[in-house]
Formats: sequence, C-alpha cells, structure tokens
Amino acid sequence: MMMRRRTTLLTGCTALVLALGATACGGDPVSAGGGDKALDGQTVTVAGVWTGTEQKNFQKVLDAFTEKTGAKTTFVSTGDNVSTVVGSKIEGGNAPDVVMVPQVGVLKQFAQKGWLKPLSATAQKSVDANFAPVWKNYGSVDDTLYGLYFKAAHKSTVWYSPDALTQAGVEPPKSYDDLLKAGRTVSDSGLAAFSVAGQDGWTLTDWFENVYLSQAGPEKYDALATHQLKWTDASVVKALTTLGELFKDKQLIAGGQKGALNTDFPGSVEKVFGPKPEAGMVYEGDFVAGVAKDQFGRKIGEDANFFPFPAVGAGKPPVVSGGDAAVVLKDGKSQKAGMALLEYLATPEAAAVWAEAGGFLSPNKNVDLASYGDDVTRETAKSLVAAGDSVRFDMSDQAPAAFGGTKGAGEWKLLQDFLRDPSDPKGTAAKLEAAAAKAYEGQG
Amino acid sequence: MTATLVNEAGPRPPAASPGASRARRSRRRARVIALLFVLPALLLLGALVVYPVLFSVGRSFFDASGTRFVGGDNYTEMFRDPATLKAIRNTTIWVVVAPALLTGLGLILAVLVEKVRWATAFKLLLFMPMAVSFLAAGIIFRLAYDEDPDKGVLNAAAVSVHDMFQDTSAYPTARARDGQGGLTKASDGAYRTTGTVSPGQSVALGLVGVLPADLPDGTEPAYEAARRTAGADELSGVVYLDFTPGGGGKQGVVDRRENGLPGMKVEAVRAGESVATTTTASDGSFRFDGLDDGAYTVRLPASNFAAPYEGISWLGPTLVTPAIIGAYLWIWTGFAMVLIGAGLSALPRDSLEAARMDGANEWQIFRRITVPLLAPVLTVVFITLVINVMKVFDLVYIIAPGPVQEDATVLATQMWLVSFGGGNNQGLGSALGVLLLLLVIPAMVFNVRRFKRSQR
Repeated sequence: MMMRRRTTLLTGCTALVLALGATACGGDPVSAGGGDKALDGQTVTVAGVWTGTEQKNFQKVLDAFTEKTGAKTTFVSTGDNVSTVVGSKIEGGNAPDVVMVPQVGVLKQFAQKGWLKPLSATAQKSVDANFAPVWKNYGSVDDTLYGLYFKAAHKSTVWYSPDALTQAGVEPPKSYDDLLKAGRTVSDSGLAAFSVAGQDGWTLTDWFENVYLSQAGPEKYDALATHQLKWTDASVVKALTTLGELFKDKQLIAGGQKGALNTDFPGSVEKVFGPKPEAGMVYEGDFVAGVAKDQFGRKIGEDANFFPFPAVGAGKPPVVSGGDAAVVLKDGKSQKAGMALLEYLATPEAAAVWAEAGGFLSPNKNVDLASYGDDVTRETAKSLVAAGDSVRFDMSDQAPAAFGGTKGAGEWKLLQDFLRDPSDPKGTAAKLEAAAAKAYEGQG
Repeated sequence: MTATLVNEAGPRPPAASPGASRARRSRRRARVIALLFVLPALLLLGALVVYPVLFSVGRSFFDASGTRFVGGDNYTEMFRDPATLKAIRNTTIWVVVAPALLTGLGLILAVLVEKVRWATAFKLLLFMPMAVSFLAAGIIFRLAYDEDPDKGVLNAAAVSVHDMFQDTSAYPTARARDGQGGLTKASDGAYRTTGTVSPGQSVALGLVGVLPADLPDGTEPAYEAARRTAGADELSGVVYLDFTPGGGGKQGVVDRRENGLPGMKVEAVRAGESVATTTTASDGSFRFDGLDDGAYTVRLPASNFAAPYEGISWLGPTLVTPAIIGAYLWIWTGFAMVLIGAGLSALPRDSLEAARMDGANEWQIFRRITVPLLAPVLTVVFITLVINVMKVFDLVYIIAPGPVQEDATVLATQMWLVSFGGGNNQGLGSALGVLLLLLVIPAMVFNVRRFKRSQR
C-alpha cells in the first residue's frame, strides 16, 4: 500500500494519470445476487486509493457484501490524495458513503473536521472481538471509534534471496548484530549484503522506525510519533548510530552510499530479485513480495523469502505496520448501508475473501490463516497478528506531511543526508528536531 | 464610435446651448457604451488576475492557518530558509543562462536553416519537442540522465566511449578482509604483502568479494598450488578467493574448495620499485624466477581492482540544474528558431544585397546587418523566455530525484512545495508567490512598453 502511494516519481506520475482515469470511470454498480437482501435497492459508494489489482480484489469483497445484503456498491478510486478528493466531494454534495483511509493522520483530520460517523454498536462489538486493542486505538480519535482497519501492511520484514544466503552459508539472523555479521559474510561471498532504496526517503524512515521501535521500546516510539519526545533525545541519537553502523559500511550496501541514493524502491527490489542480483537482502514491507513476483517472476517462498526484522540490542523484534481504515461519512446518502458494509468488513469472512485473492493482510485475529494463498503471506499475517498490541504504526505516516511525507524535505531528506554521510548522528538528530518542530507547529 | 466622437466633439460655437447639451449627452452615452463593451473583459481580468494577486499579497501576511496576522514574518522566514535561498540562486542561474543560450541557439539555427535545402523539414524536426508536454519531456529526460548506464542513454554513451579507451579491470569488487590474508591496502587501491618475502618462499594471498559466477571460465581450485613449495631461486605463491561457497571455510587458509583468481597482475617490489611482473595462472598461482636475493614485497596493483567507470552523475547535486536546463533547451530551441526565422524572412533583402555588393563577407553581414535588424525580434524572444523561465516548474519537479530536489529547486517549485506539497503553509507560499511576481514585473513592464512603442 505504502509503496503504491509513494513508489517513484515516475510511477507516481503514471499512477496519477491512471488514477484520474479511474476516477472518471469509477466502477459500475454491481447487481445483486442471493442473500437476505435486507438492503435491497440501496447503493453504497466507497472511495479508496486502490487501483488495478487491489481495486479488483476489493471489488470481490464488495460483491460478497452485495450478495449478502442486496445493496449495490460502487467503488471510486481517489488516486493518491484521498483527503483532497474526499473534501471536494463533500463540498460538492456528492460525498461517498464509505472511505478507505490510508493514514492515521488523515483519519484524525477527517474526524476533527466532523466528517465522520462513529462506528455502530454492532461494528464496535465486532472490533472488540476480532482485533487487538491497538487497532482500535489507531481507529479512534478522542476516544471515539471511527475507523475499522480492514487491510494492513507489515513493514518489519527483511526479504532475501535464499540462493544468496545459501551461497554465503548464513542463516536468517535473529539479532541486529547477527544481521550485520551475516551481511558481512554475504558481502565476502561477492554479493553486497543489502540493497537500500535511498532515493525514496520513506524506505529510510522505515529503517529508522524499526530500529527505534525495537531499541527504544513502544512507549518512547509513541512519544516520538506525537512529538512529545524531542528528536534530540538520546534514544534517537542511539538509534541513528545503530543504523549508521550499517549505512557507513560500504561493503554492506549495494553500490555504497552513492549507489543507494541512486536506487528507488522498485530498483532496490530488482537488485536482489532481478535478473542480475547485486545484493542478498532488501528491507521493506510485505509488498516487496508483490514486486518480486509480478515484476521479476520470483516464486515467493522459493526464490524469495523473508525473515522478521531482528531485535536491536535487548529489545523485542519490532513490528511496524500501517493500514487502510474504513470510515463512514456523515454526508453520505446511504449511511445505513455504509455502516452495514463496515459491519461486514469487520468480520473474518470479509477479510477471507481478499486473503484468498492475495496481496492482502488482515489485522483481524480471527481470520483463518488457511485462507491466505501462500505460505509466506500466511507467515507475515501470523507475525502481524501474533505481535498483538506491540504493533506500531509507521511513525512518518503519523507525522505532519511536511515532516514525514514530503519528497526532498523533512525526515525523508535528512535521512538521505544521513545515508550520504552517517558520521554525525547527533547533528542529524538536531536537524530532525528543527524540521519536526517547524512541521508540528505549522500543523498547530 | 470614434467617428461619432470626433464629429460631435469638433470645435463648435458654444453659443448654441441646445446643441451643446445634446453633444454632452451623446458623449456620455458613448462613454457608457464604451464601458459596457469593456466591462466583461474588466470583470474577467478582475476576477481572474487582480483579485488573486491582491489575495495572495494579503495572504502572505498571515500564518499557515490563515487566521493570525504575522506582518512581515513570512518574508523574513523566507530569506532565512536555506531552501528558498537555494531556489533564488537557481532561478538566477536559470534566468541568466537559459534565455541567452536559447536566443543565441535560435538565431544561429535560424540563419543556418535559411541556407539548407530541406529547411522546412529541418524546422519541423526542431520544432517537434514543443509538441511534447513538459511532463512527458521530464520523464524522458529523467530516464536519459539516469546514472545507471543500463538505463540512462547519456551515461551508456559516456561509459562505452570511456571503455573504448580504457580496459575494465578483472576484479573490481575483490578486496582483502581487514587485517587478513597478509595483505595491506595502499592508498591507491593496490594491495601488498604486509611483511617481506625472499626467493625460496611462497605466499598465499586471500581475497574475498568475488562472485563465483564472475570468475573466468576454467578457473581451478587453488588448494594444490598453495601446497607447492617454492624452488630456491624463485618467489612463488597463489592469489585465491578466500571464501568457500556455502560457507564453512576457514578464513586466511586455502581450503580445499577455494578457487584461485586467474588473470591477476602480480608485481615483485624491491625498495619501492617493481622489479618483476607476472599474471596468475588458472589456479591463481604465480612465480617469479631468477630474482636476486633480498627482501621483496609482493604487490597486486590497483589496476586489478579499479572500479568500472560509472559515467557522469548528471542528476547529482552539482550537475542537476545544468542538466534540467539542457532538457529545457531541447523543448524550446525550436520555438526560438521559428520566431527568429520569421523575423529573418521579413528582413529587407535589399540591404543584405547592398552589403554583399559592397564586398562584405557573410560573417560581417551577420554581425553588422542581420543581428541589428533582427534586434526587436531577438528582444521579444529573449523577454518571453525570461518570463517563461521564471515560472519553470514541471521539469524541475519531475527530473530532480528526491535526494537532490533541494539542490535543483527554483522559486516556482519552492512556492508549490511550501504551500501544497507537504508544507501546507500557504502564508509562506504566498510570500514566495509575491516575490516571484516582483521579479517578473520588470520583464512585463519592459514588454508592454515595447509593445506600445511598436504600435506608435
């Protein structure tokens, strides 16, 4: 998901063009099938960032809903900028009933503007029964539950080429130190250890977040994410130093720092799973599997596998996540049917529909793991659900966009500078704090 | 209407009072009619140009949320922000370089094109990039400038030209483990034995970092060669890959399955001077015969390890602005050429002919006749381009990769980034917009004045 939103500039541009096209064509109302037809004759409009395969698979879930209730559904793709599109639709009196919100920050923004309807009692009960409390927290603003996390991403997975690791004779490591040691052995074997996508700032923030969550612990992570803790804190400097150990080692990074800064996310996957491998491992979320499979024809589980991001120091292994939350808009025309859709999406049954189609993780702990199409996805889903309440959302997604989500500025740019020259973690922390202070104040 | 006005307003005896009042009335009516005619245009201009400009100026005095009046804070903040300063610097570079280059190029091409036979086809070809949108052109050039020679066509050319003159090394990735293999790395990238050796001894030099697949065909394990002892007057040894595929080998020891590194240049060095050179065999072994007694160091010269030439970093921090200007030239050269070409064809032929008759050569005609006569057209092209360059946005935004975006930024991109692209500070963004407006105004005034003069 995250990747789809931010890949490279080029694909971003094409995606934008596609998304504009998709908005225009929308999606036709789906005719009703069997079921009890309690909502016969109603149409639920759903807006979300998904296009292409993701949209097609989500449509399957919507079709299942139609079959059950008789309500017709229309999916409208908003392209990357959900908040702008939804905002203008509300103003234009054409609000969708349900929006799939891709970021915590956007959910908060919607709730504060008073656009959202709290979840119905049935949906709340379903959330309590099916989800770890952390997901409820991330769906709530000021103690009111608005969002239901339907789709999740697992961003603490290190993907590797089993061939490369066998060739080097190393096992998937269990700690960060082992990770560096394994990396050095891989590089002795002639292949660089990691391919780092330094051209895309968001991959670097994800690196940092995993190290920080494991090293400093979830409490500090939460405090830093809301900027109650300053970036100049010793724990940040420590995490940057730890990360710097990897960044400064030319043997560990494909192409050295300069090469990394010139590699975008798809490129980093290509360096491990492409036709001419240059590195043994690439760290990013579960969506790496999708790229390795679709673009480079790798068989997930055989030619591409993952191990969980290892624990740093004495900490627990981190599980950084993200997700799309379904919300119901107050201005929608058929809110009742919209809420019924949310109630449906909260059930394991709905998640199973997409899980079978692939490219999907559900935070719903009652989803039968057998419904996932392949072993690797099953493993990621298991690890995500097993992490329970220690799951944390992507920190940069929680920050104001000026700090955590802008190409060439804020955290993205500063971590890129850090990758170019990792010698001064303290200085980097100070710059991060300055940028964060400005961005959080601007958000004010 | 003008005709009526002139007629009515003509000098008349003031005595005839009914006639005078009629004249006044009809003059007023004419003015009302004139106003009516201008009104739609005025309204449109007011709504679409004047109001937004005034609004931006007003907005620039408020903070990000638009509720708190902050006076000139946005303006001081603007000049404190290093990104803005960079944007101002880059915009200056753009304004100084791009229009001048384009006008010059356009002039040269226009004059030359006049003299070729397929002028129209040529003009069409040069004009074609104008039909490509900036977005598409940006994507094209982002690819063309890509640093990876496998993707970027410019670096592919640079690398193949470079490699034509200079051989690539055999083992660019090979290196010794730190403090192992008895090797020390010199500052130039060469490796030499840490201790000294004398004839009658043999050495095993272990390197790592080479993929088995990258070894030349026919490579053999180095195990046997490493066990051979050197003859009394020879200095021998083996250069091997100190890594057992699949792991398990012992570091610093030639294990049974470890391969030699064939084709490696080896030098015997005595007192800082290379006295003998050889190349390793397929099992990585080498031998120096007939050396004088004494202490030698064995050196693997840097040429073995030279990293392949990676081409030019077009989109690196230093070259990114010139590179984007290059893309801009590609698009706009045709425009400059066609406009100047049109001016050229309207030149009075007789003055050119006269000059030719007087024995002026082509260069003199160009310098003394063509250029001065073309000056008005050249100024129009130049000023148009200056205005155009100030608002350049798409190319910069698309071509510059994330890490160097700040190094490439110009005022227009900065304005957008600050107000909408994540900064969400439309107060500061408006201040930038006002700055941009102030910078464009001189060029505008100049243009309007010129228009007026030429109409007279």
